[in-house]
Amino acid sequence: MKQFFAFVRKEFYHIFRDRRTMFILLAMPVVQIIIFGFALTNEVKNSKIAIWDQSKDVATASLITQLEASRYFEVEQSINTAKEIESIFQKGEVKLAVILPPHFDEDLRHFNKAQVQLIADASDPNVANTLTNYASAIIIDYQNRITDERKLPYTITTEMRMLYNPELKGAYNFVPGVMAMVLLLVCTMMTAITIVREKETGTMEVMLVSPANPLKIVIAKAVPYFLLSAVNIITILLLSVFVLDVPVNGSLVLLVGESLLFTLVSLALGLLISTKAGSQQTALFISLVGLLLPTVMLSGFMFPIENMPLPLRTVSNIVPARWYYSIVKSVMIKGIGLHAVWKETLILSGMLIFFLGLAIKNFKTRLA
Amino acid sequence: MVNEKVILVENLTKKFEDFTAVDHISFDVHKGEIFGFLGANGAGKTTAMRMLSGLSMPTSGKAMVAGFDVYRENEKIKRNIGYMSQKFSLYEDLTVRENIRFYAGIYGKSSHFIKEKTELVLDELHLTAEGDKLVKSLPLGWKQKLAFSVAIFHEPRIVFLDEPTGGVDPVTRREFWHMIYEAAASGITVFVTTHYMDEAEYCDRVSIMVDGRIDALDTPQQLKKTFAAISMDEVFLKLARKATRAGD
Amino acid sequence: MTAVKINNVVKTYGKKKEVTALSDISFSVSKGELFGIIGPDGAGKTSLFRILTTLLLADKGGATVDGFDIVKDYKAIRQRVGYMPGRFSLYQDLSVKENLDFFATIFNTSVEENYELIKDIYSQIEPFKDRKAGKLSGGMKQKLALSCALIHSPSVLFLDEPTTGVDAVSRKEFWEMLKRLKEQGITILVSTPYMDEASMCDRVALIQSGRILSINTPKGIVETFGKKLLAVKSNDMLRLLHDLKQCEEVQDAYPFGEYHHAVMKSDGRQELNNYLLKKGYGFELRETEANIEDCFMQLMKE
Repeated sequence: MKQFFAFVRKEFYHIFRDRRTMFILLAMPVVQIIIFGFALTNEVKNSKIAIWDQSKDVATASLITQLEASRYFEVEQSINTAKEIESIFQKGEVKLAVILPPHFDEDLRHFNKAQVQLIADASDPNVANTLTNYASAIIIDYQNRITDERKLPYTITTEMRMLYNPELKGAYNFVPGVMAMVLLLVCTMMTAITIVREKETGTMEVMLVSPANPLKIVIAKAVPYFLLSAVNIITILLLSVFVLDVPVNGSLVLLVGESLLFTLVSLALGLLISTKAGSQQTALFISLVGLLLPTVMLSGFMFPIENMPLPLRTVSNIVPARWYYSIVKSVMIKGIGLHAVWKETLILSGMLIFFLGLAIKNFKTRLA
Repeated sequence: MVNEKVILVENLTKKFEDFTAVDHISFDVHKGEIFGFLGANGAGKTTAMRMLSGLSMPTSGKAMVAGFDVYRENEKIKRNIGYMSQKFSLYEDLTVRENIRFYAGIYGKSSHFIKEKTELVLDELHLTAEGDKLVKSLPLGWKQKLAFSVAIFHEPRIVFLDEPTGGVDPVTRREFWHMIYEAAASGITVFVTTHYMDEAEYCDRVSIMVDGRIDALDTPQQLKKTFAAISMDEVFLKLARKATRAGD
Repeated sequence: MTAVKINNVVKTYGKKKEVTALSDISFSVSKGELFGIIGPDGAGKTSLFRILTTLLLADKGGATVDGFDIVKDYKAIRQRVGYMPGRFSLYQDLSVKENLDFFATIFNTSVEENYELIKDIYSQIEPFKDRKAGKLSGGMKQKLALSCALIHSPSVLFLDEPTTGVDAVSRKEFWEMLKRLKEQGITILVSTPYMDEASMCDRVALIQSGRILSINTPKGIVETFGKKLLAVKSNDMLRLLHDLKQCEEVQDAYPFGEYHHAVMKSDGRQELNNYLLKKGYGFELRETEANIEDCFMQLMKE
């Protein structure tokens, strides 16, 4: 046991002395959260819109107030002719025009029906799509509210609520993705590289010729990265709750437990890579191309799995992050318990046993 | 000119912050001379060699190599010298011929020149049959001899050899020195470092660096006389033991 | 008493076993001996050491270290040997003291327990004990690596090319340390490409291309040279070498320090003298004793 701690302590020395690497490992989740949360987001905040209010009545005034009250829109200007729409779009600042036809309030009250026209600058289709979705959501919300107020028994409303993520926040999507990515980078890549480094410098040779059990050496190398991952999980969760307003809806214990399970899978993968790779470059290459790329592409975090062609969908099943991603979404966002994610948990556990078994089988007590 | 000086160094100095790696060294090397450049690890040999081959800018002092100034004309110096070290020499995953063509190409030699001389060199090395084999399949001694041939392929005026014979068997080591003699006889100046003290005897003149300075410079015979020693090994030990600074 | 015994060891590399690293090596080393394995790079020294330290399996043949079989009892061997691989295998980012403590712990011992053994060597680097190993000079790294290999008081010490790339001064100091270690009863096997280091060993094995050329005491090897050896020098050494190679009486001629050595077919000293006189340049000719390098070259060419 004393030997084992000597190894772990030595490993911590390596990590603490390589300040740059340690800083990168600890700052990575923070930077990723910030990049995904603020820079790369496809959600809308304070987008400038134009309004052509042709009725100027109580109903339109209240609808406009509601649009403005949301964090998404800011009424840049009011317009009075159809021509003006094009000229403001061309200036480029305003990307959405809301047109309220005459007699809005009347139509609503007498026919229970009124029309709103949304005109978007679709030169960037994604932005246009998001803006119109948001605007429609707010309008529907408004419609529901006035429907409630009047308690009219025969009002027909279209139910278009955004489940679990009423505000269509991107953060709900990428927080689980970032967690999977960071854990993979820290555990798999760093573990593989640090073991292969000892092979390269020749210290592994001396270790093998010592009475220390070789497997113990390797497991000791994984311990610090396991702890570092735990720190990263905590950082990501704190950031998502307090900075991105993404709450942990389900059980925190379950979420952390599942994360630790995924961490172990990643460590096992790192050990497996280290038994195969002869140089640090190879280890790095396998970790990045063989693991990080599929994690980003095939875990459902960037592209929904349901929309993938069958071959890719099949391949995605062997990507551990796909299952972890699904677990985190279920537990953290949907707030459901183990009964809903037992299948994924079982798959991850199976993967852990498989990868660890393979790594141990491949681990050599000699050089060749 | 019989005594043409191809390397001329005066008070050459290189400082790294507060550490003086090379401390006011002065010497000159004649055309066709085999000049042994000895010193313990960390005495400043590598730094001095880097300055002379135009890779590193001196802090102060004067140095002319192949008639060019190390401060202003380092690109011209590089065209007129060859370099070989134990650590970096040939591409293991290229064939013998590919290596020769690549290095000769760097120095802008015509393909006609390369073609003719390649066969000549391979013949001299008895490597004609192995010309299309990968370098990594050759024994170490052959690699080193080939690397030397490649370093002087473009007919440089000076060739710098950094521990060229480390780990090579004694027979091949002598074959290697034979090649050095022949290169020197053809007018190429040879500037060589080594850890084998018997090889120091093969040099026309030897300088010994201690703590960044040149503490001795003469023919091997004269050095032995001066230091009342029976071998260069003894001369070296007498001088290097005085060193105060830690190496590497 | 035998510390290391090697029987007909064969080791090949490559998919088709096309590279022979060791072909049928056998020898034994007695307890307390300082045994040198001398040969150029690629002779098979490292392969042999890795087989003996249980890091590699031989294709054929077997060996025992301290009485234990290198395959069956590899765990027992790992308890009792010290090994210093070709590159000084230290953790560059750990300090001198941290390296030593770490190696002591993995060998289930402590620095204090075996301080007496390493004191002589370690005391020289102790003033720098807080310096990172990566910042040490070649000679100091060598001393630290040796301290680490000795920390568990091994009965057999394997040193693979400890003096390669180290300057002449540090090399000399290193051999002096080995002499003192030997006095403490440790069996030491050391490999080196430097022929002149042979004289420091009790016995040496000359190895080339995976074959053992000769095993004997340094003196014994020199005595088996069996040919007359002449040292010749002149003002034009290159021309002298050509002429020597042309002479009928001379079997082999090669540069040797400030002289050329001429291995004579029979006595032939007078004949060579006359031959060189006819060449019309001044020369100096004397008889000399062969050393290990002369023997190595003669054995290589056989």
